[in-house]
Amino acid sequence: MKIKREDILHLADLSNFSMSDKEIDSLGNDLENIISYISELNELDTDGVEPTYQVFEMENIWRDDEIKEQEATREDLLALTKESEENQIKVPKVL
Amino acid sequence: MKIADKNTSAVSLVKEALEKAKKYEDKHIFVSLNEENALKKAEEIDKKIAKGEKVGRLAGVPYALKDNFLSKEGNTTASSLILEPFHSPIDSTTVKKLEEEGAIMIGRTNMDSFAHGSSTENSYFGPTKNAKDDERVAGGSSGGSAVAVALDIVPFATGTDTGGSIRQPASFNGVYGFKPTYGTISRYGVVAMASSTDCIGFFTKNTEDMNLLMEICAGQDSNDMTTLPDYYNETEEKEVKKIGIIKDFDNDKVDENIRNALAKKVEFLKQKGYEIVELSMPTLKYALAVYYIIVPAEVSSNLSRHDGIRYGYRSDNAKDLGEIFSKSRNEGFMSENKRRIMIGNFVLSSGFYDAYYLKAQKARTKIIEEYKNAFEKVDYILTPVSPNPAFRLGEKVNDPVSMYLEDVMSVPINLAGVPSLAVPAGTTETGLPLGLQIVGPRRSDKNLLKFAKILEEDK
Repeated sequence: MKIKREDILHLADLSNFSMSDKEIDSLGNDLENIISYISELNELDTDGVEPTYQVFEMENIWRDDEIKEQEATREDLLALTKESEENQIKVPKVL
Repeated sequence: MKIADKNTSAVSLVKEALEKAKKYEDKHIFVSLNEENALKKAEEIDKKIAKGEKVGRLAGVPYALKDNFLSKEGNTTASSLILEPFHSPIDSTTVKKLEEEGAIMIGRTNMDSFAHGSSTENSYFGPTKNAKDDERVAGGSSGGSAVAVALDIVPFATGTDTGGSIRQPASFNGVYGFKPTYGTISRYGVVAMASSTDCIGFFTKNTEDMNLLMEICAGQDSNDMTTLPDYYNETEEKEVKKIGIIKDFDNDKVDENIRNALAKKVEFLKQKGYEIVELSMPTLKYALAVYYIIVPAEVSSNLSRHDGIRYGYRSDNAKDLGEIFSKSRNEGFMSENKRRIMIGNFVLSSGFYDAYYLKAQKARTKIIEEYKNAFEKVDYILTPVSPNPAFRLGEKVNDPVSMYLEDVMSVPINLAGVPSLAVPAGTTETGLPLGLQIVGPRRSDKNLLKFAKILEEDK
């Protein structure tokens, strides 16, 4: 499968990477090789086989909707961000 | 392992470990050392012992923590730039359990950034060198942890294994590395890679130490809904009769030294009275392609949380909110992280989802069935961990597919959720360690470690 430059730009966009032209060029070859390798799976017959997303086939494990004691405090969490004000994380103006 | 008591002080155990860690600085095993905290904790344990108070099963035992386990001590960087400033406000469940028993973390070990890699060359901080050869890789992604145990700096180290990241570096450095049944040990507080295959495990010098760590860390955790109720400590002993070898793996692509090591162990087991059964597992050859579809898909989702805003690295070049996301992520991730995120977004995108992602999940069902059938015929399977012993630094790092091919024998185990122990199996003529793995059915972990002890006798 041939990967076009616009495909790589699209994937970089989906992944939220602002890549330089040089980086886009160097990735193209790698991605093409990887996709060509994983495409070998087409040989395997999987007709009528159900997919497995979780090896123990666990689904939707619920817990009671109760507030559990939290180890990390609001101050702990705000301390992790670069800028905060009045208990809120600060980012540049959006509008 | 040596535990602090009336004759051996925790302070001396910790000091000795720290001295050794510094002695091997050139190997680049540690991302950071935890000297001050470790010595303080050791003193507290010695005080308890002096007073005759009860101490844990790992009292004063120094250990090394893979850099993707959250701990309040030091920064949890996952050997990446994007998490370099991250100081965790919580401890992971594993860290909590180990420290409740008195274990003392002396440092955080180097790894492939976000555990993406098979050599520890993808670390933002530079590669770790093999324990036996400075020109060769440590294996990965838990390379630092494997070398720390191999060089006797610490008696045990933690690791994570999503597709071989404990077993392969264990075999490259000649130590034991265990990937338990999926869900045996809580993943809470460990930097997520691929949630459906991520497993927590350990590196040790022998199977008894591994068993003790499993007894301590196995069990259900309300913070990780996929953890299984503790079966480990409830396991009943089972007689072992039949050992399988996979004939599909017996080919020229496997290094001769490794094939000979396997043949030698098989001969030893025959002499001990075990029956050797040849297995055909034809779907396993597709496991690597399945793995490099499912895992990047989960990686792309798990790593989307790194936004440059709530925690971690934020680019100084960003002018607006959009650029905070895209520049912080582009500058903060390594090339291999980006390749995996982009492949993940490719296999999940409309038009390709059915052909890649869904197809891979169906293939996973076939792999699981193949293991189920195999374990109806045999008790355990003995196979190589990887096709080659430790390769040279720089040899594969610029060719992603050739690096991925090193995982061909380790990834099927993760896709099936079964346990596997890497065991040392001699060396090449030049002294490079060789390893094999013992694979068992789900929840056979305790008996598997017991069986592995028999192989320990064959030196």
